[in-house]
Amino acid sequence: MSASASGPAGASTITVRNVIKQFGRFAALRGVSAEFDPGRFHAILGDNGAGKTTLLRGLAGLAQPTQGTISIFGKSPRDACRDIGYMAHPSLLYDEMSGMENLRYFAGLYGLKSHARCEEAIRAVGLDPELTRGVGQYSQGMRQRMSLARAILHDPRLLLLDEPFSNVDVHSAREMVGLLRGMRDAGKTVFVVTHQALLLEGAADEFVWMQAGQIVDRTATAERGRAQ
Amino acid sequence: MTSFWAVLSATLVKDIRLEWRSKDALNSMLFFSLLVVVIFVFSFDPLAEESRHIVGGLVWVAFLFAAVVALNQTWARELRNQVLDAYRVSPAPANALFLAKSVGNFLFVSVLEALMTPLFIVFYNLHVLGPAWQLIPIALLGTWALVVNGTFFAAMSLRTRNREIMLPLLLFPISIPAILGMVAGTTAVLTGENSAHFYIVLLLTYDVVFTTASLALFGTILHAE
Repeated sequence: MSASASGPAGASTITVRNVIKQFGRFAALRGVSAEFDPGRFHAILGDNGAGKTTLLRGLAGLAQPTQGTISIFGKSPRDACRDIGYMAHPSLLYDEMSGMENLRYFAGLYGLKSHARCEEAIRAVGLDPELTRGVGQYSQGMRQRMSLARAILHDPRLLLLDEPFSNVDVHSAREMVGLLRGMRDAGKTVFVVTHQALLLEGAADEFVWMQAGQIVDRTATAERGRAQ
Repeated sequence: MTSFWAVLSATLVKDIRLEWRSKDALNSMLFFSLLVVVIFVFSFDPLAEESRHIVGGLVWVAFLFAAVVALNQTWARELRNQVLDAYRVSPAPANALFLAKSVGNFLFVSVLEALMTPLFIVFYNLHVLGPAWQLIPIALLGTWALVVNGTFFAAMSLRTRNREIMLPLLLFPISIPAILGMVAGTTAVLTGENSAHFYIVLLLTYDVVFTTASLALFGTILHAE
């Protein structure tokens, strides 16, 4: 099944065309086709094994499609890597280093030399840049926030977030949603894979429903989630 | 493209910082090679004359096995929390990561060699009969041969189920020319019977070939699923 939102196709959109992703004999994505408008907040929902994370990894350039193409603002995901901020389920941070040390290292990978930018990213997620203990000693919620700080560090146009609210208390999760909504308002495109659809109601512009490796519905509210 | 040298130095500093804090690689290498030295001493108990002929092999075998312990650690910390994915989605050049890891491993194994060599000299009552300075290029080139291949094959075996076993299985056969060069070169210098010049050239050639091949192929390894 294919799905398409309104909006012109081209260099400003995110396009997925007939993407099949197989792991051995198992097909995680089965001919996914979709076009996503930029500057919008897309929530990707579905049961475990529906293909949400694989789709997100495909958009990030971490999973090469077995068949089909993915285009991020008119470029391949690898070529568009400067435009992409990716947050995975694991933290993607070094446990032995502090949040600031982690961010300074990752800033270097993007050619950013300003420490102010690292501090800004840490403050944006509600953490203290002066924290000296290793990320491994942070609470799960703090690690999630620091992981988000790493993803937004280089001011990407596209944010891909996999389960950013898991193990985060409701208050912190709402703060993170507020931050993401602010980024969407600033023109960023946001994709969030989550099981907490209701948390994003009122924030997400679109709810993309996946099932058995396909996009089966695209709705403006989390209504479908309530029906299930 | 992000600056190659900036990424290389940032990654190297990060690896040294992580090793300084955890001491995972250095501690395990030191204990391992210390055990090897002690076991060899009890096994052979050689006279000074005999020891000059065999110690080249003993030293490099000890360093080779100890290096494998460190090489297994080098990518393991990138797998924890899937940090390697953060590198893969960044514009940083793959080769900068590879060279930084290789240089880091070179430093760690060199520290081990610097600490263990005096022990070998004392335990085996060694007196060098050939030009001792030649041991320096043999050690530098030999260590680089071990770590550059080891770093590459450790990355290659990252996603295999038994990577601790896979690394020596891949690394040892391909390192045979380098090991022969190190052992024969060291023995030549210790005994003073032959010139080590040929072995130094052999190691240099080996290093150039395998460093070039590893740099050419590492991008594919890094981005493989």
